[in-house]
Amino acid sequence: MRKSVLLVVVIILVFGIYRVGWRSSGRAKTGGPPAAAHSLAPDFSLQDLNGQPLELANYRGKVVLLDFWATWCTPCRGEIPHFVEFQDKYRDQGLQVIGISMDDGPKPVQEFYQQYRMNYPVALGNEKVADAYGGVLGLPVTFLIGRDGRVAAKYVGEVQMPTLEQAVESLLQAK
Amino acid sequence: MFLDRIHMKELLKYCCFVVALGILTAMVVPSRHALANAWVGRSAASASSAEGQSKDDLAPGSAQLINPEDLLNILQSPKGEKPLILNVGPSLLYMQAHIPGSEYIGASSDSQGMESLRRRVKPLPHNRFIVLYCGCCPWSHCPNVRPAYDALHKAGFTNVKVLYIADNFGTDWVYKGFPTIKGQ
Repeated sequence: MRKSVLLVVVIILVFGIYRVGWRSSGRAKTGGPPAAAHSLAPDFSLQDLNGQPLELANYRGKVVLLDFWATWCTPCRGEIPHFVEFQDKYRDQGLQVIGISMDDGPKPVQEFYQQYRMNYPVALGNEKVADAYGGVLGLPVTFLIGRDGRVAAKYVGEVQMPTLEQAVESLLQAK
Repeated sequence: MFLDRIHMKELLKYCCFVVALGILTAMVVPSRHALANAWVGRSAASASSAEGQSKDDLAPGSAQLINPEDLLNILQSPKGEKPLILNVGPSLLYMQAHIPGSEYIGASSDSQGMESLRRRVKPLPHNRFIVLYCGCCPWSHCPNVRPAYDALHKAGFTNVKVLYIADNFGTDWVYKGFPTIKGQ
């Protein structure tokens, strides 16, 4: 009798741990298709707000934080001061933040750029770039790209800054 | 000593029971989405009181909302009135994927988009079944659906629903495998 009770408890435990684990991983995926982790980050060639060419290939060898955002997106606006801070803090170690705005026109982006004292290049996105990154069907979406040009992480929705910073530091340390 | 051994066994049994109970509870606690869906059925008044003093007609669970699954059922059903589906979000997101048959109006957070919306609905009868949607960002942060809904409500439209998109159009429609098309 006791053995059968114990067996039932063990089964419940194993099943419970499996379910909890499954649910956690499901939650991590919320917001998009599986990130194309370890795949080469698609190159793009855009013009930044100053009319200068902005090509991802030029940043090979750096850790790139690629942020798809928009001025009308509240969570994006909350993230940007942190990205400005990251750019200052980790510039010398090889971090490059790049913003791709999904706004419909440049005017609000230019105003926002000045207002938030953004210290990294920002370009207006387009359908082609969004498609290349698996579709940007909701904002914000943030990619971390390693020095080897491969996608290390994709975050859909507002990212937890301590988590992101830890990932950035880890990539910066990897030579 | 013998008594201690019995106590230890009892204690172990209770520990196992408590742990199993804890895990069972974790298994049945609903996820964030399930919680959001569970709000459907709560009255708008109770939902808004939970969120603050101000009344929000579009609080999760309010009758003005329609879930993606319900809209899909309506669209796929051979019977019943089909809604006019208007996208009131940013164009770059619409171009990448949108609901087949929906019309692009423009982001209602700006005056141009709002003007387009007013122009589009002007010739329609006030009882026309209209569904508004955006999906640019998480529901509580969407800058477009509330102004669009308010404008139609003020204009006298009585059969307007807003598509409840909890996270974004990708998560709540596209990646569920619901039909979409690209382009204009």
